[in-house]
Amino acid sequence: MSSTITSITPLLACLVSLIAVLPIVLLRKSPNAREGATFVAGIIKFGLVLYMLPTVLAGTKIEYTLWQILPNIAIEFRVDGLGMLFGLVASSLWILTSLYSIGYMRGLKEHSQTRFFTFFAISLSATIGVAFSGNLFTLYLFYEMLSLATYPLVTHHQDKEARTGGRTYLTYLLTTSIGFVLPALIFVFVKTGSSMDFSPEGFLAGHISPSAALVLLLLFTFGFAKAGIMPFHSWLPGAMVAPTPVSALLHAVAVVKVGVFCVLRVFTGVFGIDYLESLDIATVVAWIAAFTVITSSLIALSQDNLKRRLAFSTIGQLSYIILGVALLSDRAVTGSMTHIAMHAVGKITLFMCAGAVFVATGKKYISQMDGLGKKMPFTFAAFTIGALSVTGLPPTGGLISKFYLVTGTVDAGQVALLVIFLISTILNAAYLLPIGYRAFFPKDKELSKTPFSWKAVEEASLPCVLPVCITSTLALVLFIKPQFLINLAGLMLGSGG
Amino acid sequence: MTEQAPIFILLFPFLTAVIVALVGLRHKSLSWPLTLVSLGASVCASLSTLAQVVEHGPIRYKLGGWSPPFGIEFHIDGLSALVAVTVSVVALLTAIYSKDNVDAETPDKSSQYYSLFLLLVSGLLGIVITGDAFNLYVMLEVAALTSYALIAMGNKRASLAAFKYLIMGTIGASFYLLGVGYLYIKTGSLNMLDIREILETAGLFNSPTILVAFILITVGVWIKMAFFPLHSWLPNCYAFAPTTSSNIMAPLVTKVMIYVMVRMVLTVFGPNYAFEILDWENIVVWLAVIAILAGSIGALAQKDLRKMLTFLIIAEVGYMVGGLWLADETGITGTIFHIISDAFMTLCVFLFAGIVFAKTGARDIYALEGMFKKMPLTMVGFLVGAFSLIGIPPTAGFFSKWYLVQGGINSGNWEYVVALLISSLINAVLFFRLIEIAYFGKKPAEGHDHHHGDDHAKVSEASFTMLLPLLSTAAILIVIGLYNKELVSVIQDFLSQFNLATSIR
Amino acid sequence: MELLQSIADSFNYWIYIILMMIGLYALVAKNNLVKKLIGMSIFQTAIILFYVSIGYKDGATIPILYEHQAHHGHHDAGHGDAEDAHHDVEHAVEEAAKEIHAVAEDHADGHDAHADDHDTLVDSHDAHTSSAIHAEDFANPLVHVLMLTAIVVGVATLGVGLAITQKLYGEFGSIEESEIIEQIRTGK
Repeated sequence: MSSTITSITPLLACLVSLIAVLPIVLLRKSPNAREGATFVAGIIKFGLVLYMLPTVLAGTKIEYTLWQILPNIAIEFRVDGLGMLFGLVASSLWILTSLYSIGYMRGLKEHSQTRFFTFFAISLSATIGVAFSGNLFTLYLFYEMLSLATYPLVTHHQDKEARTGGRTYLTYLLTTSIGFVLPALIFVFVKTGSSMDFSPEGFLAGHISPSAALVLLLLFTFGFAKAGIMPFHSWLPGAMVAPTPVSALLHAVAVVKVGVFCVLRVFTGVFGIDYLESLDIATVVAWIAAFTVITSSLIALSQDNLKRRLAFSTIGQLSYIILGVALLSDRAVTGSMTHIAMHAVGKITLFMCAGAVFVATGKKYISQMDGLGKKMPFTFAAFTIGALSVTGLPPTGGLISKFYLVTGTVDAGQVALLVIFLISTILNAAYLLPIGYRAFFPKDKELSKTPFSWKAVEEASLPCVLPVCITSTLALVLFIKPQFLINLAGLMLGSGG
Repeated sequence: MTEQAPIFILLFPFLTAVIVALVGLRHKSLSWPLTLVSLGASVCASLSTLAQVVEHGPIRYKLGGWSPPFGIEFHIDGLSALVAVTVSVVALLTAIYSKDNVDAETPDKSSQYYSLFLLLVSGLLGIVITGDAFNLYVMLEVAALTSYALIAMGNKRASLAAFKYLIMGTIGASFYLLGVGYLYIKTGSLNMLDIREILETAGLFNSPTILVAFILITVGVWIKMAFFPLHSWLPNCYAFAPTTSSNIMAPLVTKVMIYVMVRMVLTVFGPNYAFEILDWENIVVWLAVIAILAGSIGALAQKDLRKMLTFLIIAEVGYMVGGLWLADETGITGTIFHIISDAFMTLCVFLFAGIVFAKTGARDIYALEGMFKKMPLTMVGFLVGAFSLIGIPPTAGFFSKWYLVQGGINSGNWEYVVALLISSLINAVLFFRLIEIAYFGKKPAEGHDHHHGDDHAKVSEASFTMLLPLLSTAAILIVIGLYNKELVSVIQDFLSQFNLATSIR
Repeated sequence: MELLQSIADSFNYWIYIILMMIGLYALVAKNNLVKKLIGMSIFQTAIILFYVSIGYKDGATIPILYEHQAHHGHHDAGHGDAEDAHHDVEHAVEEAAKEIHAVAEDHADGHDAHADDHDTLVDSHDAHTSSAIHAEDFANPLVHVLMLTAIVVGVATLGVGLAITQKLYGEFGSIEESEIIEQIRTGK
């Protein structure tokens, strides 16, 4: 089933947005043309990814070797099920986020918009690069590129808060990638001497001792700190100083998902599920992830700043994905891969809603949003759907992935972890659903205390609201039609879905 | 013509140094073009030599036709050809850069400056291509004497720094000379290859005289390369010398000394002696670890931009000393590769520091405020250099670290691996502190394009002759990174003769 | 007693070490910059003494050959080396001897510069020759040549050092290191 064809398409898909930097910079004097360039690039990129979808679904891998950079190691692209799944999510949501950014950035009259769109495009290149990279080295290359390219986005406001946030951001991401991933990477290379190509069987088996395997696994899991696993999570709330489109795409989709994606790759492509099963070390990671899930949910409950609450929710959801793959059962792994897409769609909706509220009213705190639903019905309807999806309730896509995760836990026979799943679901519901509920049905006496007058408030501009509606619809659609995602995930398990 | 290339590498700058000194008496304006032409010719000669070495193997060039071991010979193998190319290219770039800077900083001494500059370069090139141990000493002193003078051209503090350097440098060189003397007692030869052959055939490795020679040479070279704790002369020298002087010396002098160390350990004494009979690896690697950490921490404490960079040099020297004594083929590959990449990345950041100093007149790191806005192109050059020093792919610095760490893992020297990573992290802290200062200037006006230059920004961008070398260096760093495989194959060709330990492939 | 004997046997090496230590002491401990430079000179002189000691032989003379010696020389050197030449330099002597042979044939009626050079090389390698040229009759000239270079280097270094000292005096009005450092500290 694993036939392979060579094609330059993955490289093109990766490069499109990088090339788009040129027109973006050149057209900086006319904002409309500049944003036009972003859109064209986004659509081409999505088109290219979509173009590869049927091939990949048919079980064929698409390969392209760009450059033999080290003896034995090349910069190499290979599109398989997992990469395709992630690539689809990232490239499709980029288009929507671009639309949203226009509304948001213009609505708030942000400075340096050219720089913003430039680095946004570069970040997307890096994200797709990660998704399609064919070996560990290429993965690392794009991972680092993403860290650096997002720094100007995170610190966009260039004020004191941005400075602190940016510093935390880079400190965590670079410390872990240089301190943990790089030595692990070189260690793997020294011990195996292989080209480090991902393969379902992994390439570590037989080269290292079990204790070294455990150390390596932990180095990778913590090293890819973009996955936000505790205790390397605090960059994410810090990064919320960024403009909302950045938080939406990067810190709900691109950056954090790159983190979990890398961890998934390490589990499924470097170690190989079978090898991990024989070693019996993944449970350690599973429990760390479980701890993160519960802790972050509890912290999220106590946050009043909407974006921060969402950030902690993200940390918890990311750990679901890691937890799923660490369970090593087929259904749990499928669940965690699907959850990348489901959570992305749900969380980006939530973030965009938070941004839309900010654009329309300037409010950041949940306690200030009581009763706002009547003035901004679309936004808060979308918010509620997003919240349902993230919590994992019908009729949204979130249910599908959570179902797989939970049944996978049962398959793995981890009852204790099952309990954790259930508790965290309740917590999810507790910190997300009341926001939408109270927006529509405020308690009167609280509303009367709010000094803020709602009279002048109306929905944010169309570019802000439209993407929100699209993504929330997407969350509903994925409930009905999740099969292709599951098929893509199934490709990775060799069962064909 | 091409078989004469080795001598031209040296001859062009050397003769031009004399010409510049004479012509400069009357026509100062001719100094700069003459310097450029001679260095350009030297670059061509060294490239052609490198091509010959890659194609036909090592070249033994007999000076004046005297056959070794009686005459002095130039012995050029992969290692020396690569370093020679590095030296000549760095010299050329710095020479281009010098034009505006020299006129600004030392206007009345410009022809003397170029003359000394060329002499320094010829001294360094001489060290690299010679195959004679005593000749190396002479070249060492040629380079050293000119660098004392070049440093002393700077401000008040530079003179004292130059004096201290003179003392330390003379001690170092004298130790080296003594070591060569002891070698000569035992072997009766000064030709490096000949010494090696005699040492092996006569089985002299157990002689205490050879041990003394080895210690003296190693310590002498360590002093000259500022290996911690013998580094005290370096920071003030490079921080207070005229910009262009430190731009040429910071990348090259320590690197060429590393070359001498590699040459002595591998070619003259042989890895068998240095690594197996002496069995010092662990001690030296630990010393290197201390050097790396001390250099990095020292850098953290600095507020002066150039002084901070000088401490980084000390850390980098630790990388390379440690890398050599890992006694592992990949590690030594990394060391040699790092000689080249470090020369360029040091050049890159020093050029940047020079531009900042020229434009703002301030030395401390806060002079960088708002630089992204004022000089976007300069900052791009700087970013590449900084990323390379941190070790972010695909710059050259990442790959040298790649090989060094690999060597550390291969040979099981985990302390070295850890030190290298810690130092990378400290570098990241250092440079992102700079980037942060440069990026968070005053908050720009609403809707104002921040990143890419408008008219205002172009005004403060550095002049062409300053910008060209910086951007070329940045480009070279990336090219070295992308083509590291080719470079490494040259290095491994050179190393293959030594039968070093290697665990992979 | 044995110690004394060994010191007496190689007293020039002991003196070189003592001189070196004196120089090093002055370099490190003296406050006056000129005194430091004097220490540096002593240090370098010690090395020169060391090198010259290498080339010293009891009862040897300057390595200059006369015409008739050059004529004799090639024949004897040709076979003499095989017997008891120092094994380190055996091949070198052989090669040199061959060249002398060739040169001597070309210039049958006298030595020219080349022949001269080669002869000295024979001597420098301490070969034992049985006839007219006995290497032990000549001091090793190579080390002296090397030291000529080293002396030049030393003088140049001293010159640069003094020039810098002069510059420092012009700038700070002092050649005491501590005073200069004090001025830098307070002045800045």
